[in-house]
Order: sequence, then structure tokens, then C-alpha cells
Amino acid sequence: MSLFYVVAFLSIIFALLVIFTKNPVHSVLYLIATFFTFTIHYIILNAQFLAVVNFIVYMGAIMVLFLFVLMLMNLNTDTEPMKSTLLKVVGAIAGGCLLVTLVGSMKTLSSASTTAMDNTGIGLVENLGKVLFSDFLLPFELSSILLLAAMVGAVLLAKKDNKTA
Amino acid sequence: MENITSTIQAVPLNHYILLSAIIFTIGVIGVLVRRNAIIIFMSVELMLNAVNLLLAAFSSYSGDASGQVFVFFIMALAAAEVAVGLAIIVMVYRNTSSIDINILNRLKW
Repeated sequence: MSLFYVVAFLSIIFALLVIFTKNPVHSVLYLIATFFTFTIHYIILNAQFLAVVNFIVYMGAIMVLFLFVLMLMNLNTDTEPMKSTLLKVVGAIAGGCLLVTLVGSMKTLSSASTTAMDNTGIGLVENLGKVLFSDFLLPFELSSILLLAAMVGAVLLAKKDNKTA
Repeated sequence: MENITSTIQAVPLNHYILLSAIIFTIGVIGVLVRRNAIIIFMSVELMLNAVNLLLAAFSSYSGDASGQVFVFFIMALAAAEVAVGLAIIVMVYRNTSSIDINILNRLKW
């Protein structure tokens, strides 16, 4: 019971640190911590496959990409562009309005399904695999085409252009 | 594993919605107040993760595996999106020697 609230508190703290830290490298490290707390959330929800995939994809692949790009760019606190204080306050107020709207709309929900039916073990690899390869077979195959297109596109974009430049 | 799955019964679903709303709002604020393109990109990742967590929570609470399959697809899509987006940021940095998004305001015509 209390584990959820501790981890949720840590998630919010690390997410706030991601956007309010001046050094971009520290931001990436706090983002890794945020993703780790999300992995713990998935374990609490008994979604073990998602926990493992989140750990590998986000904390492995995506964070290595971010860190490599930051390393290529040689950024630090001095070169960090900052907005004016007025724009920051306006942005924070706009975000606060969004939060108030979301929470207010949540209050109108009926709190019917507050009890979990978690003894079925739907988050396990076996059950998810059955659903994935029967009902969602076509989207699964299409996502491979998406990944191939993204790979070709990333190489094409990041390649140095010899003809025009 | 038994005591872990018994903890979920004590947490109401509304608290997961609240947590996801807060994390999503933090991502929106990050997009609004920062000018570093990489930080903005990380805020977008934060928003994606908030939605992922909410989908997984709904899936667990309603006993339907489709939500978790959908989260799996979102993760595959996020990996592709990060690769292309970071390639664009690298290209912007190579052409302008900066990742300040205010330099890109000449795109608006």
C-alpha cells in the first residue's frame, strides 16, 4: 500500500528535477531515475513483461541515444539557452491550468472499478504473447516496417550531406 | 509475488490517474518553459511514459490484456520516434551550432 505512494512521490520529484535542472547531462540522469521508478510501478501493477521491456528499451536504448547525442554536442550550463522569467511563469500557470482541468474532470468519473482483479496474471509474458500473436498480429508486423523506416530515416537525416552543403 | 499483488488492491485507480495527470503536466510545463531542444524532447518522453503508465493501470484494473499490448506498441513507436527526432536535432546542431529552438523561428513562414 505505502510502496505505491513512496514510488509515486519519487516519480514526481525526479520528473520535476528533469525539467528544472540547468545542466542537460543531469537532466538525462534524472530522466533515467524517473524511468526506473516507472519500472517499479509496472512491477507493482503485476505487469512484469512491461517492466522488463521498459527497463531495456527506455533505460537501455533510449538513454544511451540521449547521452550520445549530448556528448556529441558539448553542452553545459553556460551555453544553456533560458527563457525570460515572464515566459516561465506564464508556462507554469498554463500547465497548472491543465492539471486543474484534468483533476477536475477526474472528479466527475464514477469510481466503480477501484478493486483490482489481478489474480489472472494478464501481465505475464505467456498471456500477453497469446493476445499479441492472435488479435494484434497485423499491427505487430506493421511495427517492424515502422522500425525499418525509422532506421533508414535516421541514417539519412544524420548523414552529412555532400551535395548541397 | 503474493504480497506485491495484494498491495494493488489497496491503491484506488483514481490515484494512478492523479499520478499520470501530474507527470503529464510536468511534461507539458517542460515543453513550455525550456528552450533547449533536447530537454523539450525529454519532456515529450515523460508525457509518453505517463500515458503508458495510465494504460497499464487501466489494463490491470479491468483485467483486459489489450491495454498492455497497446503500451508495448507505444514503446516500439517511441523508440522509432527518438531515433528520428535525435537525428533531426543533430542536423539542426550541425547547421546552426546551437540547439536553441528560437533559432528555428525562421521556419514559421
